[in-house]
Amino acid sequence: MAFAGILNEADITAALAACQAADSFKHKDFFAKVGLTAKSPDDIKKAFAVIDQDKSGFIEEDELKLFLQNFSASARALTDGETKVFLKAGDSDGDGKIGVDAPESFCYKKFFQLCGLSSKTPKEIKDVFQILDEDNSGYIEESELKYFLQRFVPGARTLTEAETKTFISAADDDSDGRIGAEGTRHGNPTVLGAKEVQTQVTLMLMISPRMASGMQEKQYTPTLLSFFIYNPTFGPREGEEEKKILFYHPSDVEKNEKIRNVGLCEAIVQFTRTFCPTQPAKSLHTQKNRQFFFEPEDNFWIVMVVRNPMIEKPGKDGKPPTIEYQEEEILDTVYGAVVRQCYSMYKLFNGTFGRTMEAGGVELLTQKFEKFFCRYLQTLHLQFCDLLDVFGGISFFPLDKMTYLKIQSFVNRVEESLSLIKYTAFLYNDQLIWSGLEQDDMRILYKYLTTSLFPRHSEPELAGRDSPMRPEVAGNLLHYGRFLTGPTNLKDPEAKFRFPKIFVSAEDGYEELHLIVYKAMSAAACFMINASVELTRDFCEQLDALVGPQLTLLASDICEQFTINRRTSGPEKEPQFKFIYFNHMNLAEKSTIHMRKTASVCLTSVHPDLMKILGDINCDFARVDEDEEIIVKAMTDYWVVGKKSDQRELYVILNQKNANLIEVNEEVKRLCATQFNNIFFLD
Amino acid sequence: MSEEHYLELCENPVQFEHASSVNNVFFDEANKQVFAVRSGGATGVVVKGPDDKSSVAFRMDDKGEVKCIKFSIGNKILAVQRTSKSVDFINFIPDYPHTEFTQECKTKNANVLGFCWINWNEIVFITDQGIEFYQVFPDRRSLKLLKSQNINVNWYQYCPETAVILLSTTVQGNVLQPFAFKSGTMSKMSKFEIELPVVPKPAKLSLSERDIAMATIYGQLYVMYLKHHSRTANSPSAEVVLYHLPREGACKKSHVLKLNTTGKFALNIVDNLVVVHHQSSQTSLIFDINLKEPDSAVNTHQPVLPARSIHPYRIPLSGYLWYLQVKLPPTVNLLQDKGKLMDFLLRRRDCKMVILSVCSQILEGGEKGSLPIVATVFDKLNQVYKDYLEAEQSYTVAMESGPSRGSAAQKRPVRTQAVIDQSDMYTHVLSSFTEKKDISHKFIIAVLMEYIRSLNQFQITVQHYLYELVIKTLVQHNLFYMLHQFLQYHVLSDSKPLACLLLSLESTYPPAHQLSLDMLKRLSTANDEIVEVLLSKQQVLGALRFIRSVGGHDNVSARKFLDAARQTGDQMLFYTVFRSFQQRNQRLRGSPSFNPGMKPYCCSQMFTSALSRASTTLSHNFIVWLISFILYLSP
Repeated sequence: MAFAGILNEADITAALAACQAADSFKHKDFFAKVGLTAKSPDDIKKAFAVIDQDKSGFIEEDELKLFLQNFSASARALTDGETKVFLKAGDSDGDGKIGVDAPESFCYKKFFQLCGLSSKTPKEIKDVFQILDEDNSGYIEESELKYFLQRFVPGARTLTEAETKTFISAADDDSDGRIGAEGTRHGNPTVLGAKEVQTQVTLMLMISPRMASGMQEKQYTPTLLSFFIYNPTFGPREGEEEKKILFYHPSDVEKNEKIRNVGLCEAIVQFTRTFCPTQPAKSLHTQKNRQFFFEPEDNFWIVMVVRNPMIEKPGKDGKPPTIEYQEEEILDTVYGAVVRQCYSMYKLFNGTFGRTMEAGGVELLTQKFEKFFCRYLQTLHLQFCDLLDVFGGISFFPLDKMTYLKIQSFVNRVEESLSLIKYTAFLYNDQLIWSGLEQDDMRILYKYLTTSLFPRHSEPELAGRDSPMRPEVAGNLLHYGRFLTGPTNLKDPEAKFRFPKIFVSAEDGYEELHLIVYKAMSAAACFMINASVELTRDFCEQLDALVGPQLTLLASDICEQFTINRRTSGPEKEPQFKFIYFNHMNLAEKSTIHMRKTASVCLTSVHPDLMKILGDINCDFARVDEDEEIIVKAMTDYWVVGKKSDQRELYVILNQKNANLIEVNEEVKRLCATQFNNIFFLD
Repeated sequence: MSEEHYLELCENPVQFEHASSVNNVFFDEANKQVFAVRSGGATGVVVKGPDDKSSVAFRMDDKGEVKCIKFSIGNKILAVQRTSKSVDFINFIPDYPHTEFTQECKTKNANVLGFCWINWNEIVFITDQGIEFYQVFPDRRSLKLLKSQNINVNWYQYCPETAVILLSTTVQGNVLQPFAFKSGTMSKMSKFEIELPVVPKPAKLSLSERDIAMATIYGQLYVMYLKHHSRTANSPSAEVVLYHLPREGACKKSHVLKLNTTGKFALNIVDNLVVVHHQSSQTSLIFDINLKEPDSAVNTHQPVLPARSIHPYRIPLSGYLWYLQVKLPPTVNLLQDKGKLMDFLLRRRDCKMVILSVCSQILEGGEKGSLPIVATVFDKLNQVYKDYLEAEQSYTVAMESGPSRGSAAQKRPVRTQAVIDQSDMYTHVLSSFTEKKDISHKFIIAVLMEYIRSLNQFQITVQHYLYELVIKTLVQHNLFYMLHQFLQYHVLSDSKPLACLLLSLESTYPPAHQLSLDMLKRLSTANDEIVEVLLSKQQVLGALRFIRSVGGHDNVSARKFLDAARQTGDQMLFYTVFRSFQQRNQRLRGSPSFNPGMKPYCCSQMFTSALSRASTTLSHNFIVWLISFILYLSP
C-alpha cells in the first residue's frame, strides 16, 4: 500500500467511504479524516511524493484526479469538478498544478515525454538505467545524473546543480541522495491503468536491473588484482630477486609475495618457452584469476592479473555465501589487448623502456613507471573492456568531400604559416577527420584524446556561455578557441607554456614532440612540434590568433554540413540491428552498440553475454586468413552474425524472435547493402 | 628598365607619305585607313589599311581641295567631300560606272560638317543644322534620303563598332544627342548633359570635341569625357568621366577615372583598357573599369599600374600609323596584389601564357606566394573556367532541344584565352612544379589539394591525371597513410584508371588492394575487373560469390574460374567451382554439361580421381555442416 507506514489503514478506509458518491469529495474533510492534517511536515512531504506519481515535483490535474486511488487501489477517480476545486486550493501560483515552480529550464518529465521514453517498455527502461548508472553501482548517483543529457547526445550540456537536485529528489524516495533499488520499495509495484504505465516509467527507470533479476545473487565484475613489470636480467642471482621488479601494483603487497608472484610468472614463461621458443605463454588461466604476460621489449615483462568475474550466492540457512567463479567469461584477446595498450600509452608519453634505461638507468625507469602507471591503472575499467579494445580502432567522422577539402586547406595553411608545426591531426566530436601522424601513432594518440583528454575538458563547453564554469577570457569574443593542453588562459601573466610531450615513430627511431591540443566548439586540432623547440607565449598567442577564428568557422561549417547530410539521408529508422564494424586496413571502427566511450565508462546497449559472443567470433576470425561468416543463435532471442571479408570484420546483433537462419542471413545481406554499399564487402 | 614598359607600339606600323603642301593625309576611323591624297588626287591617292589587303591606290580628278575622304565598308564606294555643301561619290564596284556623282545636303544654308559610312551603301551627312541619312545606289548613281533630323550641331563623333553618332548641341555644347543606326533605320537615343566644371557666362561653346571620345569597352558603349582640372571647382586633378550609353534607356555617369595629375591628356582604348597619355610627364596610365576597387567609392578607379611611358621607339621621319599594344609580362611585376593581377590578366586578350607563368611564379620562384594567395589565384581561374563550362553546357542543351524552342539562336560560347582548364594547368604549371626538387613535398601536396579544392568548390569534375599527380607525389614520399585518408574521404574521385593505379601500388603498400577493390565496386561498371583481381589473388570462391551477387553468374566464362581453381591445387575448391557451373548449366540449358567449345579438360575422369581422394574430407565436412544447420533451424 502506497501510504503504508505514513497513514493509518483504518483512517483511509473511513475517509474513502465518506466520499464515495460523485462530487462529495472535500479535500479538507478528507485530509482531516485520513489524519494527514495532524502529520509532521516530513510526513506531508512523503504523502505529496506518493500523490505526485510521475515525481515531477508537482501534482498535476490528472494526478489529482486519481488522488483517491493512492489511498486505495479500488477507490474511484475524482470528478472533474472535484479535481478543479482541489487543484485551486493547492495551486498557489495558478499554473494548473500544485507545487513549487522550478526556475530551471530542464524539466525531466517533459524531457522524457519528448524523447519518447515515457512510453517505453520496462525492458527498455532497464537498459536506460544501465546506461545512466555509469559505475554499475546499481544506483544512479548525483554525479551521474548530472551528465544525464549527454547519455542521449554526446555534447549536450550538463544539468545545473539545481536541476540535478530536482530530478534526484523526484525519484529518490529514501533521501539517500541517489536513485536506485531502495526507491522501488516505496513505489507502487503493481501497474494500474494507462496513466500508471506512463508514470511507472519514471519509476522503472530507477529500478536496478540487478535487483530485478533477484535480490539474492551478487555479481562481481572482473577487476584488476595486480599489475607488475619485471626484467629477469636485473637480478639473476639468488637474494637479489627484488631488483627484477621494476613496478608492482598494488604497492602495499609484501615484498616476499611480490618476489614469489614475479618468480612464478618467470617460471611459467620459461617453462612454456621450451615448447615454443618464439611464442611463450600469453596468459595463464586459473579458477580465481587470469594472468596476462606481455614482453614489449627484450626481457621486459608486463604482467596483469585479473580476478575472474564471480557470483556470490547467499548460503541457505545462515551458511556462508558460496562463490562461483566464471572463469570462462573473460577473453584472452580483450585483456591481452589491454596490456598492450598499457605499454603503448606509456610509450606515447615516455618513449620506450630502452630509451629511459639509456637516459637514466633502472632508477629513472622505476620512477617513470611509478609516475605513469599509478595514475594510468586507475583509469583502467576492466569490466568494460570488450571487442573494441581488441580492435583499438579509430572512429572517423563522416564528412562530405568539400568540407573535408576545406579542413585540408586549413591544416595546410596553419602548417605553412607556423612552420614549427610538424604534424597536425583534426578531430570533430571525438571522431577523427585528418591525421598527419602515421597510423599506429595516431591510434594510441586517438585513444588518449578521446578517452582521457577530451572528457576531462568537456565541462566548460557544455556549460552555457555565461556560466561561471566557462573560463572567461577577456576580449576573446571573436572565436571560441582555447588550449586543452598548455595554458588555460593566454592573458594570465603567470600562464605556463608547457605542453605534454609525446613520442612518435620517425624514420630513425623515435621523435619527441610537444602536443598542443586546441579546440573550438566541437572541432579539435592537435599540433605537434619538435620537443627541442621551446614554446613561448608569443608562439601560443600567434597560434591562438591564427587558428582560433578559422577553427571556429570550420567547426560551425562542419556542424552545418553534418546536419544537412543527416537530413538528406532521411529520418533514420530505429534499426532492428546493432553492429560493430572494423577495418584492419585503416583501423576504422564503427559501433552502434557503444553509445559513448569515456575515460571511466564504456556504455554498451547490449548484454555482456552477447559481447562475449562477439569476442569469441573475433577469436575465430583471427585464427584463419580466409573470409568467413559465423552465425550464432544466442540464449536469448538474439542472433549474432560475424562476417569477415578481406581485412574487414562486421558483427551484427539481431533481435528477431522466431527468425530462422535463412531470414537472418537475408537480413544481414540487406544491412550490408544499405550500410556498406560503397565498399567491397563480399556477402 | 625596359621590362617595366607595359605599353608598346606595334611592330608593323602603317606607313604612308607624310603630310606636306602637296600631300594631304586623312584617317578614317571606321576602316582604319590612311588616305594620302597627292595634289587633290590627280597624282594619286594611296590608301593604306591595317593589313596589306586593304591597301588601295588610284587616281581621281582634282576638283578642288579634299576636306574629307572615306571608303564605305568593304571599299565599295568612295565618298569625297570637297565643299561645305556637297559630297561626291565614286563607285569602286567592278562593272559599275566609275564616273563621279554628287549629293548636296538637303537643308538650305547648312554646312556639311562631315559624313560617316554606316554600311557599304548607307551614309550619314552631319550638317550644322542636323543630320541626313541616305542610301546610295551606285548603279543608278544617285542617293535616296531615308531620314533626316533637324538639330543644331556644334560638332559630332562617330563610333563605327556600334554605329552611333554623337552630336554636340546647345550653345555650351554640353548636351549630347546620340543617334543609333541599324539596317536602314535611324533612332534617336536619349540625350544627356555633361556636367561642366565651370559654367561660362555669357554662355559660349565650352565642351570641346577633343575632350569627348566614344569607345566600346567590354562590349558596352561609353562616352568618355576628359574633365580638366579647374581652379574654381574642388577637384585637385583631372579625371576621365565615363558615361554608359545603353542601347535602351537613359545614359548615366558610371565610372570616374582618377588621373591624379593635370595637364594635357590623350585617350586610347586598348584591349578594353582605357589608356590615358599624359603629355608633360610622357607617361601613360591604364584603367580597367571592371576592376573593383575595394577601398574607394563605387566606380571610382585608380590607375591599375604605376604610370610608365610607352616602350621607347625610334620614330622615323616619314608618316607612320602605329597601333598601341599592352604588353602583359611587365604588369606581372608591377602589380603586387596577385588577386588583382589575376583579375586584370583574365580580362586581357593574350593572357593565357602570362597567367600560367604567374601561376608558376607564385608556386616556384623566389617570390613564392603563401597558400592563401595560391588559393585566391586558383579560385579566380576556376571561376572563369566554370563560367565557360556552364555556357558550353547550356549551349549544348539548347542545341539538343532543337532550334524550335531556342527562339533567340544561341551563339556558341567563345573560349577566350582566359579559360585555363585543368590540362593547361597540368601541362604548364603543375607537372613541372611537382618535379621540382627544392620545394618541400608538403607545399607541393598542399598546392595540389588547394587546386582540387578550388575545382570542387566550383563543381568542376576533376580529371584523373590530377589525382595521379597527387598519388605520385604521396607515393614518392612514402605518405601512404595520407593517401589512404584522401581515398577514404573520396577526395580522389573514383575512376578505373585510378583503381588500376592503386592496384599497381599494392606491392609497396598492401592496403591499396582493398582501396582499389572498393573503388571498382563503387564504380559498379567494373565487375569484370573485380573478378580478374580476385582470381589473380586466387580468391576463386570470392570471385564466384561476387559475380553471383551482382547477377553476372549466367554469362560468365566458366573456363576462367576453373583455370584459376585448378591453379590453386586445391581439389575441393576445384570441385566446388565445377559443381557450381554444372548447376548453372543445368538451370540455363537443362543439362549439366558444358558447351562443346569447352575443352574436355573438365572431363569426368579428372573429377572422379579428385573426388575419390577428397571423399573422406567431403563427407566429414558435409556432416558437420548438416548437423549445425539442423541445430540452427530447430526452435
